[in-house]
Amino acid sequence: MSTIMSSLRRADEGRARAMTGLRSRWSSLPRAWRIGAIGAFMVLLYSLPGLNIPLIKTPDTDFTSVLFLCAVYVLVAVGLNVVIGLAGLLDLGYIGFYAVGAYTVAILGSPNSPVVVKFPWIVCVPIAIAVAMLSGVLLGWPTLRLRGDYLAIVTLGFGEIIRVFALNSNITNGNRGINGVPVPSEANWPSWMTWFPYVSSEKQIFSVSNVIGFYWLALTLVVLCILGVRRLERSRVGRSWLAIREDEEAAEVMGVPTFKYKLWAFAIGAALGGLSGALFFSKQTFINAQGFDLFTSILWVAAVVIGGAGNQLGVAVGAILLAYLPERFREFADYRLLIFGVALIVMTIFRPQGLLPSRRRSVELEDRAKEASVVE
Amino acid sequence: MLLELKDLTLLYGRIQALHGISLTVGEGEIVALIGANGAGKSTTMRAISGLRAVAQGSILFDGEDITKLRADLRVVRGVSQSPEGRGVFPGMSVRENLEMGAYTRRNRAEIDEDLDRVFTLFPRLKEREKQAGGTMSGGEQQMLAVGRALMSRPKLLLLDEPSMGLAPMLIQQIFDIIVEINQQGTTVLLVEQNAQQALSRAHRAYVLETGRIVKEGTGQELLHDPAVKDAYLGVA
Repeated sequence: MSTIMSSLRRADEGRARAMTGLRSRWSSLPRAWRIGAIGAFMVLLYSLPGLNIPLIKTPDTDFTSVLFLCAVYVLVAVGLNVVIGLAGLLDLGYIGFYAVGAYTVAILGSPNSPVVVKFPWIVCVPIAIAVAMLSGVLLGWPTLRLRGDYLAIVTLGFGEIIRVFALNSNITNGNRGINGVPVPSEANWPSWMTWFPYVSSEKQIFSVSNVIGFYWLALTLVVLCILGVRRLERSRVGRSWLAIREDEEAAEVMGVPTFKYKLWAFAIGAALGGLSGALFFSKQTFINAQGFDLFTSILWVAAVVIGGAGNQLGVAVGAILLAYLPERFREFADYRLLIFGVALIVMTIFRPQGLLPSRRRSVELEDRAKEASVVE
Repeated sequence: MLLELKDLTLLYGRIQALHGISLTVGEGEIVALIGANGAGKSTTMRAISGLRAVAQGSILFDGEDITKLRADLRVVRGVSQSPEGRGVFPGMSVRENLEMGAYTRRNRAEIDEDLDRVFTLFPRLKEREKQAGGTMSGGEQQMLAVGRALMSRPKLLLLDEPSMGLAPMLIQQIFDIIVEINQQGTTVLLVEQNAQQALSRAHRAYVLETGRIVKEGTGQELLHDPAVKDAYLGVA
């Protein structure tokens, strides 16, 4: 057994070396090359709906809808990564914020909601983000003084409370749900865009039957949010999160106002969750409480951990796997809880830092393992 | 007095960890707290740095009552702790750890000056500047923790078991450095299991037993006190 473990470890170290090699080779490239490569990659991402790549196409589902789902999940993962990967707080009820964002847009923007106002999408979404953020602060205020496991349990409860509330409240129309969730714009495609496949000036930019507009919008938001979070990560806020995650007590005696920064992580994570929910249900145009089960919430956490918490590229890969695999392989869909569960167990044993880890987190996990073995 | 604890009591759940601790630390002193495992030494330190809430009694620092003050604000006032054991940030480099120590400060020139000072005190840390804190040996981590605590330019430096897990030669060295830091003008309160070293280097000391102070005196007095010798110095 021990020989297996050690050979696995050796293989793992080899891979890790290859990874850091790749990473340093990447960062030693001239700046212009890197920008060029990223630019080309972005063009590829934007043109994916128009390309006909046989192997990656999904058999039963509209491929662009799957791309849109991937983009929304990446947005979710980027937000959840702020909470889990950067600040080191385990949030199992993240779907609660997603629901709050989605319902806010539906209630304020749909003519069929019990609230008679009908605000346009562009007004609803900032309000949805703000309401989600507020719910994050309200949840975080009493609970962020708790540590680790307790926080996980309380957030789990929060996710479930939101779902049950949505199912039973009048303002959400209960289980009947709300249709007519607003779309960003009712306009048709302008004629200068019609060179792109599947785009024509008779079709609406944002519609359920032609999702390209939604996909591009989601992709754009993903890019903006990733850049925003990256900036934050490298600021004083990011350094404070890093210190809290690595050793909360040490951070405190360095003078980090830990509660304040944990609350910020929660609020920013909640805001991004709210935005994701608002975006996804604008495309669906219909919302009811069924979209917000805890399994999805836990799968998101799994995606972040499997991808590599703390590294935005890693969590994006995790989210894409979670969204894409069940659509590409239908047989997979029925077993996705099982498969992701097993993957999570295997990963925590052999590669706790995730597929594409953040370098710091790898060291932290090793350190924690060392400490645990000392205690034994 | 720079620091004054008045009749401090502290509870862990229902268990009383401190039973009315009173002690003082004057400006420019090295004061040692010695005692057996579980006597309440570390708990006292954590009460002073604000990591543990106090049940009764008060903590005065530099003339101000800081009993209810948040830990991070105590750092701003000039209290800095080097936590017990492996308290360094494992994923941060040595340099980043030290920069974290200067978290509450803004003046770049002064911070760089203090970085130089720490690197002069611990040349080893300079050699390891880019290495991740968690990958260093126990002794190096201990040095890093002390160096990092200095980076806030504290008035009072709290050292929790600075010699824990170190080789005898390194213990000598770290105590030499503590004395040097003190001579450069920082007041030091240190908790130690190594009573021999602590008492011979400290100006004054307190002996803790099950959450109470049972004895106090100058370092030399306690070093030659028969009861202390018997209990803590392991004289054959």
